[in-house]
Amino acid sequence: MGQVMSQGVLQAKLWYAQRISAMVLGLCVSIHLIIIFYAIRGGLSAEEILGRTQGNIAFALFYEIFVLACFVHAPIGLANILQENFSKGFISQGLSWLLAALILILGSTAVIGVYSGGNI
Amino acid sequence: MSNTVLKVTVWRGAQEGEFVEYLVPRNPNQTVLDVVTYIQRKLDPTLSYRFACRVGMCGSCAMTVDGVARWTCRTHVSQIVKGDSLEIAPLNNLPVIKDLATDMREFFNKWKGAVGFFKGDKSRYDDFVKVEPQSTERKLADAGIECIGCAVCYASCEVVASRPNYLGPAALNRAWTLTNDVRDVQQLDRLRAVAGDEGCHACHSHGSCTERCPKKLEPTAGISGLKKLVARAAVRGSKWGKL
Amino acid sequence: MRSRPKLDLRAKSHLSYFAYVCHRFSGLLLACFIPLHFLMLSQSLRGASGFERYLGLTDFWVFKFGEWALVILLAIHLVGGIRLLMIEFGPWRGLRKAWTQLAILFGIACGLLFLYLAN
Repeated sequence: MGQVMSQGVLQAKLWYAQRISAMVLGLCVSIHLIIIFYAIRGGLSAEEILGRTQGNIAFALFYEIFVLACFVHAPIGLANILQENFSKGFISQGLSWLLAALILILGSTAVIGVYSGGNI
Repeated sequence: MSNTVLKVTVWRGAQEGEFVEYLVPRNPNQTVLDVVTYIQRKLDPTLSYRFACRVGMCGSCAMTVDGVARWTCRTHVSQIVKGDSLEIAPLNNLPVIKDLATDMREFFNKWKGAVGFFKGDKSRYDDFVKVEPQSTERKLADAGIECIGCAVCYASCEVVASRPNYLGPAALNRAWTLTNDVRDVQQLDRLRAVAGDEGCHACHSHGSCTERCPKKLEPTAGISGLKKLVARAAVRGSKWGKL
Repeated sequence: MRSRPKLDLRAKSHLSYFAYVCHRFSGLLLACFIPLHFLMLSQSLRGASGFERYLGLTDFWVFKFGEWALVILLAIHLVGGIRLLMIEFGPWRGLRKAWTQLAILFGIACGLLFLYLAN
């Protein structure tokens, strides 16, 4: 009974975390879409991207929050899909954790990258 | 529209079987239940099916008509027929006893499993509990209590199909109405029951239950309510105790 | 002799289910794309010219098409997601079918805007 309940509590917390991160992402993605449309006018070069992001702490903070929200939201979503279509086992959990790690590490690296422009 | 005959394919057998075609005379005011009844009385007395009130009150006649779960007594042939064909099968997601009759036990067991039943702590010697009909909780409960357990929602749910232990829309909807019943004393047990691995969080809001309910109930709403209740209880504790 | 019929497309042919499929499908593709997106952006650590070289790799039409498709998927996932948040946290007003229609329209609008603005 204790184990069944802790499973239930876990499911509830995962659901909550995914919805809260969804709310954060709703805001971040909306802003990001506006930025995308603004930035792609007339093509997009590395110079242009770095010109906006390099040294810009506001951008860095915004995108790091974005990365953290993705880090919570996407792996939980993937876990649901895998567990429903395959098994609940080791591979489903493993792939979700892998996605989480990739998002956190690569995402934070990207934020550091565009903030520093290579000057670390 | 000068068709005078319907080509009706009906599931015969149990978990294994086949679709058998019958030719049924077409009438202007025919329901699908009329069609099934005609087949059993005039063409093939070995056909098994269920009905009772035949006027859309009891839910016994629920079957899968052209892939969609419906009350056959309330489904006019003229509104759903494709050309001159009709396909009738037993309700999905429930074991088939024979032909169009399904075993409803697991459906009702899950109702129990979700603590979808009332228990109070007053006796006949106590005064009535005063429940304000316009209170928020009572209005939420009233929105879902007309369920007659026909299993159309259960038969329409893809999560039920893919997760055999999922409690299902009817049971969860009933549980939701009872969490809003201020007289009930099992709320913590109920929250625990619907929080399990196969509880409310397995619902992905496909909405098939709400789309198909013949009484226009909205299990999606009730399940959303449960999701919030359970999540808050898991994180912060509920007004009835810790989960 | 065959097995009894199961839930098929006829049972799922309604707008709310379609919204669910779009949301799940777009989410899955976005989840696959995001790590690659971050990998590309982290090439900025090489400085502007290094970054530019790697960005240049995406000049093939396949990548351009992919970018366009991903913007549309992002738009659909965003509005479909807001729909779900309305269903789960907002006052109950049914299955929010208007939001599904908005998701489709917004996806189309973003797709067109992308084509118009991009080089």
